[in-house]
Amino acid sequence: MAHAISQAGHHHGHDHDHEHEHESLKTFGFWIFLITDCILFGSLFATYVVLHQNTNGGPTAEELFKMPGIIAETFILLTSSFTSGLAVLGMHKGNMKQLIGWLIITVLLGASFVGLELNEFIHMVNHEGASISTSAFLSAFFTLVGTHGLHVSVGLIWMIGLVIQLRRRGITTVTKRKVAVISLYWHFLDVVWIFVFSVVYLMGVM
Amino acid sequence: MFDKIKDFASDFFVTGDPMILGAQVSIGLTLVAIVFVLTFFKKWGWLWREWLTSVDHKRIGIMYIICSILMLFRGGVDALLMRVQLAMPNSEFLQPEHYNQIFTTHGVIMILFMAMPLMFGLFNIVVPLQIGARDVAYPFLNSLSFWMFFWGAMLFNVSFIIGGSPDAGWLSYPPLSEMSHSPGVGEDFYIWGIQISGIGSLATGINFIVTILKMRTPGMNLMKMPMFTWSVFSSCIIIIFAFPILTVTLALLFLDRFLGAHFFTLDGGGNPMMYINLIWMWGHPEVYIVVLPAFGIFSEVVATFAKKRLFGYKSMVFAMLIISLFSFFTWAHHFFTMGSGADVNAFFAISTMLIAIPTGVKVFNWLFTMFRGKIQFTTPMLWTIAFIPCFIVGGMTGVLLSVAPADFQFHNSYFLIAHFHQVLIGGVAFGYFAGLYYWWPKMFGFRLNEHLGKWAFWLWNIGFYVCFMPQYFLGLDGMTRRTYTYSWDMGWGPLNIVSTVGGFLMGLAFLFQVWQIAHSIKFFKEHKVGSDPWDGRTLEWSIPSPAPIYNFAVLPKAEVADVVWEEKQGTVKKQPVPTTYEPIHMPKNSGIPFIMSAMWFFAGFGFVWGWMWLTIPALIGVAICMLARSFSYDTDYYIPAEEVKATEDAWRGVKV
Repeated sequence: MAHAISQAGHHHGHDHDHEHEHESLKTFGFWIFLITDCILFGSLFATYVVLHQNTNGGPTAEELFKMPGIIAETFILLTSSFTSGLAVLGMHKGNMKQLIGWLIITVLLGASFVGLELNEFIHMVNHEGASISTSAFLSAFFTLVGTHGLHVSVGLIWMIGLVIQLRRRGITTVTKRKVAVISLYWHFLDVVWIFVFSVVYLMGVM
Repeated sequence: MFDKIKDFASDFFVTGDPMILGAQVSIGLTLVAIVFVLTFFKKWGWLWREWLTSVDHKRIGIMYIICSILMLFRGGVDALLMRVQLAMPNSEFLQPEHYNQIFTTHGVIMILFMAMPLMFGLFNIVVPLQIGARDVAYPFLNSLSFWMFFWGAMLFNVSFIIGGSPDAGWLSYPPLSEMSHSPGVGEDFYIWGIQISGIGSLATGINFIVTILKMRTPGMNLMKMPMFTWSVFSSCIIIIFAFPILTVTLALLFLDRFLGAHFFTLDGGGNPMMYINLIWMWGHPEVYIVVLPAFGIFSEVVATFAKKRLFGYKSMVFAMLIISLFSFFTWAHHFFTMGSGADVNAFFAISTMLIAIPTGVKVFNWLFTMFRGKIQFTTPMLWTIAFIPCFIVGGMTGVLLSVAPADFQFHNSYFLIAHFHQVLIGGVAFGYFAGLYYWWPKMFGFRLNEHLGKWAFWLWNIGFYVCFMPQYFLGLDGMTRRTYTYSWDMGWGPLNIVSTVGGFLMGLAFLFQVWQIAHSIKFFKEHKVGSDPWDGRTLEWSIPSPAPIYNFAVLPKAEVADVVWEEKQGTVKKQPVPTTYEPIHMPKNSGIPFIMSAMWFFAGFGFVWGWMWLTIPALIGVAICMLARSFSYDTDYYIPAEEVKATEDAWRGVKV
């Protein structure tokens, strides 16, 4: 399978060493990328916390947030994190079916999370008249939650691309690293969501 | 129909000002000339294959440096225009709006499109060579970083002739930068130009952290690393913590302008102070991002040309890490006068003053390195020596500014302007010049003409003091920054004209540098050098100049600091000349970074004008580029052992 990486078939030994080295390097870099993403979300959270009471006479958090929908979103996203974990377990067992199956279930769960969130946003804008330009509170709300939603959506496209690559190439050093990285990303988004849930929604309705 | 086109054209192009018209014509002519020369000499393929798609860190470094010198020219012309306007009272050389645009673009260009790329250029050229690596950790990402910078800078620069430049200051404070006060497209050019290149900078930060942590040659532990590499490491740590804040800040400002959000507006519950806090949480660390690598350069240059080991290596490292930590606790000193209260001001005043301690440690270390050394007065060393008094004066005026009550007097005056130009020119620009002169032979295989270099050096230095010393006094006399003109009875005329003369001396110095480079290229055969022209100390001087594409045929051992120097002294055993070579694993060139960044340019341009028909396809193009990269598995190749042997033998002068 190393042939896929390098055309130089007569350097098998090197290929494997280099591959492992390179792939672990990429995972390490991704961890550092996640640090930068933490700072990005941290800045958005800080902005939200500063501005969340500046409702400018518009609707407040208490009036807007419908907790049953939010709790459903939360369960769906947490479950998807679990299923992405199962996909990685399948990969370590070398079980292609399990790997791809769980990844597809993760994509479906993630898509329904994004769908529910979009639905929530559309309802707010159309029925409550609460849009990003209504007040500083809503600007901060839509930006923070929307940035998380955008991250999830990017993850979905990425994961679909990865499923196609897995089908074509099987479980190799490279695809293994790619699955490990996306599952890191997915768990990270889960953690961020827990903060969104607590800081935005729970503190908004309490 | 014709009227519509005319309306659009007068909105789209900046018209009416003869100076801008002149610039448009000269930009147009330059572009035509470039296209003509490339076509006439059939160089398009060469440009694409050898440069635009290159993932070689040395070539990327050279491209960074070329861009930054061009930007130094543009930022310098901006500076001279301002100095001409201010030379005499009641001057009508520039219109007030034009003056605002010029000081805004001067600041942005000098920090973000001159200092940053010059710094990244030196990172790219030097770091892998100093740590004995064959490449950076992510060559593809490195190329992407460069092109994001390039296209971001282009987007910012076209505002000059298309649509109009930003005019709300280099940090674009709201509400001035909001739709209510800046309805034109200038601020959007600002936001997207910086946003796109900023993402590139962030990626560079990640890239070099991983490179330095994971790709050092066997034996080189962290405390044996050359000081420049240490400074790059500390600078990159600041980058990864500071740049995401910039990304967020600019995105929020854009949402305010584009979707009518209320983050920083005066109405709708927005809070302009939020922006000022956020931008300085990035902006203050940014100062240390650009100055720390200069400190690293001085450390290398001082040790090399005093022929002594760097004094206090460990304290240098410690000082740098302390500075990178403290840089995040000083941001509020930029707005002592904006009502945060005595306690907050006291905290930030003290944390600002504390930075002077590690910086002072470093200055003493450089002085002690020179003490009883056999100093050689080469151009890199001259810049280093000139830096020390300049930076000390700049640092001390900085401490004066950090005294919160005193700052209420100095705030936004020419005293401040003089201070930060003194640390940024005296610290950063002098440092990068020293680095450029020092590593130039390693980049190109020939030295720069020292005679012309010394002319440039003296003109820069004399010009610098003539220009900025009067500005301290102008500040104390009450002249405020961003002043567009003043009347005779203010009494600021004489000092201003002296300052303008100094500005032109620095402009002349720049011309000497351009002449120096052109002259040295023309007579490069006379200036040709071997691998070690300065009698250097670190690993980059053990390989040919310019370095072969793979840098090190066999990874060197580095059991001690300054390993090349120690080998020459005979304190450690020389590494044997290898007899056999192995094939070397290298990344393949790729056009994706160039194309993807160009897509970002078009997406940004579309956002600026509200042209979603351009933005949406361009963003889809970005996504396609990313997927194309993800789906390509054929990304590297091997240089055969025979080829490595041939290259190495040729360099060592072995007859085959």
